[in-house]
Amino acid sequence: MRLTRLLTTREALLAAAIALMLALIASRFPAFVAPGNLVAVFNDTAPLIILAIGQMVVILTRCIDLSVAATLALTGMVVAMLNLAHPDLPVAAILAIAVALGCGLGMINGLLVWKLDIPPIVVTLGTMTIYRGAAFLISGGKWVNAHEMSDAFKAFPRTQILGMPVMSWIAILVVVVLAVLLARTETGRAFFAAGGNPDAATYAGIDVGRTRFLAFALSGALAGLVGYLWVARYAVAYVDLAAGFELDVVAACVIGGVAIMGGVGSVAGAVLGALFLGVIKNALPVIDVSPFWQMAISGAAIIIAVILNAKAGRARGRIILRQTEAVQ
Amino acid sequence: MTGMNPTRAAVRTIPDRLESPARRALKSWETLLLAVALAIFIANSLASPYFLDPWNLSDATFNFTEKAMIAFAMALLIIAGEIDLSVASTIALASTAMGAAAQLGVGTPGLVAIGLAVGLACGAFNGALVTGLGLPSIVVTIGTMSLYRGISYIVLGDQAYRGYPADFAWFGQGYAFWVISAEFVLFALFALLFGILLHATNFGRAVYAIGNNATAAAFSGIRVGRVKFILFLLTGLMSGVAAVCLTSRLGSTRPSIAMGWELEVVTMVVLGGVSILGGAGSIPGVVIAAFVMGLVTFGLGLLNVPGIVMSIVIGALLIAVIALPRLWRKWRG
Repeated sequence: MRLTRLLTTREALLAAAIALMLALIASRFPAFVAPGNLVAVFNDTAPLIILAIGQMVVILTRCIDLSVAATLALTGMVVAMLNLAHPDLPVAAILAIAVALGCGLGMINGLLVWKLDIPPIVVTLGTMTIYRGAAFLISGGKWVNAHEMSDAFKAFPRTQILGMPVMSWIAILVVVVLAVLLARTETGRAFFAAGGNPDAATYAGIDVGRTRFLAFALSGALAGLVGYLWVARYAVAYVDLAAGFELDVVAACVIGGVAIMGGVGSVAGAVLGALFLGVIKNALPVIDVSPFWQMAISGAAIIIAVILNAKAGRARGRIILRQTEAVQ
Repeated sequence: MTGMNPTRAAVRTIPDRLESPARRALKSWETLLLAVALAIFIANSLASPYFLDPWNLSDATFNFTEKAMIAFAMALLIIAGEIDLSVASTIALASTAMGAAAQLGVGTPGLVAIGLAVGLACGAFNGALVTGLGLPSIVVTIGTMSLYRGISYIVLGDQAYRGYPADFAWFGQGYAFWVISAEFVLFALFALLFGILLHATNFGRAVYAIGNNATAAAFSGIRVGRVKFILFLLTGLMSGVAAVCLTSRLGSTRPSIAMGWELEVVTMVVLGGVSILGGAGSIPGVVIAAFVMGLVTFGLGLLNVPGIVMSIVIGALLIAVIALPRLWRKWRG
């Protein structure tokens, strides 16, 4: 009984879908599932995994953060220009600055949501254009290219440890820390409570506004972290960096079974959702499908995932009034 | 929608006596917005000597007419408590379909019919998923946003469609009389139609009722699902109209056409005083917001401000117009 329930969870189904996809590709192109290539696919998906986990925490609290890609671009641009101006600044300082700046930008979102009660979608739509615009203002639209970055700055995310680049290890670290935070700490549980039923959470003594603020700060900090990793790994910083990536991040969450109405989601789901998109993205050129198919495929995946999500949600309780459910 | 906070929203005091209609009108959102529009207009005419030229002003309307046409339908949808983020992708798909048809030698009436039909079909698909399966519209339309534009990318890749018939150019480039463009006439016409639909019909009352309390609306005999489905259809149709105008104006179709417009349309609607949580808003507000956004971008354009800086201004405007009244209320207690 317990085993069948475990096997039919969202995460198990998604993992099976990814495994099936890999098996199908491997039957024609065995090189795709060689360990070296799988590491490369994971590493390529690492930014999406990190951002999807941050986004998941925000969505858990019944909010949404559309400014993640813009936060990433602004932070990436700032650290790249900082590196250009002070090439001998250690990577540890760069990392700290990136995380702090991202966290600060996330806190601006969080404050507007918490203190002024502005709907999160409006706040982050606005800050999305403002943050990206700020990246343009500080750079004047110029690129920071590979030869202008210091070697240490570029080398950090690519450094190999135990056969995997540092970027992958950071993603794994974020996954583990967030999994523990969400499952084992009071704040972690508050994220679920604040989104699952804000009124009940308030009566239980949880400050819903403050919890949302923390979620935005966390999402911003992770976006800042990815901002540095992204710029260093691709060795280029420009204003349109990661444009539109916020939708991939939301898509990864939805595919991973995170309920957009809050309160439901898991780190494993978000990671698998991101991996699902990552495997598709990396497999398309291998199986000789034009990369132009990727957008439509991820769109279709989102729609199928959200239909499955709704089905899973329905099964849990009896619906007394259909209309109220549709409203919520 | 996301971010509702019933604990605070539920506490609303009912005043003993209503203020006089004149005072209420003076304090309304539309009045505030109109003042902002006038201020921008005056600032622009002082900042640039080219601003008050009738032809320049006429050109400026192209900044917002197509987006505003979608915004009217989107306003109704948001008032009813739903949202459609796939509008720009619908434009891309409709434009691609028109481009493909034009290659086969279809004439202008046929192209327009195809553009509108694709728009309707996209809206119907969104509406069916949201009302038929009871899915949250924000996720559904994030999905269809990728799907519709994705299909355009599959069809076109890095290519473009050109070679539209000569008389097709009228919609986006023609003038009805003197400096009044065909698009502006369409904009005014749709503003009127949607204004009547929302403010003077039973259907419009139903839209407000659903946005305020869909359960209560259902109990009072409103067919909630049907009304919402029609709103998705209307939004799709208006995206089709915008696709016809934009394709005609540009004279070509690329899969990246109208990229990012969904955000500008939503900004226009919210700036127009429509509550993103549903239940409140007006078409005159959206019309004024369209002018505000058009004037800001055009005025800054005359001053050689790059597009991305304009988008900062729009983004800041969006947050400021919502934050300032709340700050004001907080400060006054």
